[in-house]
Amino acid sequence: MLDFRLYMAQRLTALIMAPLVLGHIAVMIYAIQGGLTSAEILGRTQGSVFWFLFYGLFVLAVCVHAAIGIRVIAHEWAGLKGAALSALTWATGLGLLAMGARAVWAVTVP
Amino acid sequence: MTTKAEVLEVSVWRGSAEGGALETFEVPARESQTVLDVVSWIQQFSDPTLTYRYACRVGMCGSCAMMVNGTPRWTCRTHVQKVTQDNTLRIEPLRNLPVIKDLAADMDPFFDKWVEAEAVHHPTGTRHDPIAHVDAGSGARQTADAGIECINCAVCYAACDTVAGNADYLGPAALQRAWTLLNDTRDGGVDAILDAVSGSGGCHNCHSMGSCTQYCPNELDPMSAIAGLKRETVRRVFRRRRDA
Amino acid sequence: MIRPARTHPLWLAYLLHRISGLALALFLPLHFWVLSKALTAPDELDAMLAFTDNPGVKLAEFGLVFLLAVHFFGGLRLLALEWLPWSHGQKSAAAAALALAFFVSGTFFLKAI
Repeated sequence: MLDFRLYMAQRLTALIMAPLVLGHIAVMIYAIQGGLTSAEILGRTQGSVFWFLFYGLFVLAVCVHAAIGIRVIAHEWAGLKGAALSALTWATGLGLLAMGARAVWAVTVP
Repeated sequence: MTTKAEVLEVSVWRGSAEGGALETFEVPARESQTVLDVVSWIQQFSDPTLTYRYACRVGMCGSCAMMVNGTPRWTCRTHVQKVTQDNTLRIEPLRNLPVIKDLAADMDPFFDKWVEAEAVHHPTGTRHDPIAHVDAGSGARQTADAGIECINCAVCYAACDTVAGNADYLGPAALQRAWTLLNDTRDGGVDAILDAVSGSGGCHNCHSMGSCTQYCPNELDPMSAIAGLKRETVRRVFRRRRDA
Repeated sequence: MIRPARTHPLWLAYLLHRISGLALALFLPLHFWVLSKALTAPDELDAMLAFTDNPGVKLAEFGLVFLLAVHFFGGLRLLALEWLPWSHGQKSAAAAALALAFFVSGTFFLKAI
């Protein structure tokens, strides 16, 4: 169910995300002070190549990582197998990719 | 002895592969009584049709493991006094294995997975070669030695929730043996072992929850052995990249 | 009291890692949806962000940061267990991961209120 390729994808995306998560937590602690406004968030992120690459990479890694994690849980706890399990893995990954790409685009590009 | 209840209330799982239920027996309590003594007493004095398995009675053969109050244990080395709760005991066949009858689990899937994990010797010499010199002090030998005392009792296999959720998973015992052979200089099956433990039921399914290490009656550490297999499968990829 | 087969520190660490990962995966679509409002409906985004001033929402945010931190530190422990030759002291390492997650999410909470 988790062969070597899926395992490596899971662990490598985890390694990629390790510094990104630290950065994300640091930004959250910094940004939450005095409340959140869209002007504050977008003022920081819009037009920034750095934040586009930072969150773009984060979304790419998390959709792979979460899809494999959901796959394992669905198999072990819900008994999903075969084609249904593959379909769930792909749907999770692609769904998160589509929504995540849209979010990154919305806060960094316009 | 007056303060102690003289009778144990023992629930024993009775049934077959088709299903079953707990049946309660009253068994006289004794000093220094093991769970296996209790099961044997029931079979000898209460219900001769009770089926169970044991051989050595001293923790060497690995055949008497059962679930005792939900925990996998060698019944021969488990004192009743240590595990009873209000003088009750619940004894069931090993978890994660099919049942043959009553307390006798079918060990076939467990042993099939040993072979599937290539946890078999891959000879590098013949009987005509001189006896291989093994350096007992080498790191690899010490790593192998840490896991070779496994007696195939399947306590770890019954403790493992990953086995419970994932029927193809090879399990801690088979993977630990694959790991000891990988570290044995006399074994020539490095690639065969690493291939076998990299399949869809292989070592990469392990979540390091450590129930195997927690409950191993021989105090072995299959969790770390499996981590070692994961490390070696990853290393092999980078070695191949370098050599290519 | 007889301990059931599962209640030992590393099993609890496994359960926490799984629950936190599952919760984060379920939260992500909501997170992405709210952020994408910056493009489609900036007014709604501000209304939602104003909602985060609510003390109950702050507590929920603390919970999310805790889940992220505990999944992060717990994940680093697993990577170290698997890829570095250190397999001893796993129970202490799991406890340290939990403590660090509380420290990080607590810092967030104190800054948030």
